[in-house]
Amino acid sequence: MNTLTKAWSWLTTSAHWHGDDGIWTRLGQHLYLTVVCLLISCLIALPVALVLGHLGKGGALAVNISNVGRAVPTFAVLVLLLLTPVGRFGEGPTIVALVLFAVPPLLTNAYVGMREVDQDVVRAARGMGMTGRQLLFQVEVPLALPLVLTGVRIAAVQLVATATIAALAGGGGLGRIITAGFNLASTAQVVAGAALVAAFALIVEGLFAVAQRLAPDRVRDGNAG
Amino acid sequence: MTAPPDDCLARNEWICGAYLTSRRHILWEAVLQHLQLTVIAVLIGLLLALPLALAARHRRWAAGPVLGVTTVLYTVPSLAMFSLLLPVYGLSAALVVAGLVLYSLTLLVRNILAGLRAVPEETRQAARGMGYGPVRLLVAVELPLALPAAMAGLRIATVSAVSLVTIGAIVGYGGLGNLIYSGMNTYFKAQVLTASVLCVVIAVAADLLLLLVQRLLTPWTRRQS
Repeated sequence: MNTLTKAWSWLTTSAHWHGDDGIWTRLGQHLYLTVVCLLISCLIALPVALVLGHLGKGGALAVNISNVGRAVPTFAVLVLLLLTPVGRFGEGPTIVALVLFAVPPLLTNAYVGMREVDQDVVRAARGMGMTGRQLLFQVEVPLALPLVLTGVRIAAVQLVATATIAALAGGGGLGRIITAGFNLASTAQVVAGAALVAAFALIVEGLFAVAQRLAPDRVRDGNAG
Repeated sequence: MTAPPDDCLARNEWICGAYLTSRRHILWEAVLQHLQLTVIAVLIGLLLALPLALAARHRRWAAGPVLGVTTVLYTVPSLAMFSLLLPVYGLSAALVVAGLVLYSLTLLVRNILAGLRAVPEETRQAARGMGYGPVRLLVAVELPLALPAAMAGLRIATVSAVSLVTIGAIVGYGGLGNLIYSGMNTYFKAQVLTASVLCVVIAVAADLLLLLVQRLLTPWTRRQS
């Protein structure tokens, strides 16, 4: 348990929290990466999934993209991008790799959510003379919201977790504390960094859980994902 | 003084036949390590997940903690997971296997449990009426009926494990991830691309293999359609 005490004292040393490679800076980079990638992924995945779900087409496509996405190691994508011309744009490769990673779960969840809307309700809305656009925004999207939000939550937590990989390729974020620890052969720092990353991921998961619990009944209960 | 005949290695091209022939052994070793780590981790995961899922199914008080703990484990980022286990296992293959096992648990436990819960109560009662004891009921009725859901979880866990093994490169036991990692540091394009493609090939092949096993093990699901 000696390592744990050392990791604790590493964490409680205030010098490790400040400066260009301090914990606060790394946390900020991590948060920035996660938020930017989550926004871009949502902008790409959600419109596509909602339209496909509304039309009732492309289900196999959505599921297949999701499966292929799981088979491709994000680390490999990141390194591949790093060696292409994209690699010259600072955080560019990391953001592209993380977006590619986050799009599949978002797409699948949103598509499934749209398809699970009660078809009787959809037919009733059609019978009332709703146009396609009205049907989409006033009936289907509100009813699909719980599952869509569950997809966003899964994507957010996995992004926090996966953003650590950026550090392996020299990027920023909390993972950097771990890789720096490896380079310094300091197990205490490695464990301290890992504990920080784990805590951050769990806090994000917890925040989403609380937000979903506090949300109005209508958008709760999206546990099918 | 003669120039080397085929110079795609010197030109550092993405696709390079000379790389494949000259580094055959290295590639083969990396693939073997990758397969070993994945298979061992998934098998241990399965051995642990089955009793956990059974406990959660039959002891009501166990369901909450089992699902809660495995979900928390899944939230911990992979790089952090390997690092947190560092004091226990040191820099070893066991470290990577242990990390992967903890990851696969969530997917496996959830899916096996979902499969067991989906067994209709009438089926269970019929089997009891025919004089089946609890053990025979489990082995001959419940587990086979839970198989499709369990196999779905196993496929996701396996594909994810194949892609997560690459992160093991941080401790030197990452299979093809080792080649990606060292290729990144030396800007060796052919090595990075070849190893990445092999990762995806392994994942897809493993998925298809498990699909085949599932079809062979559950002949009754085919007759319905």
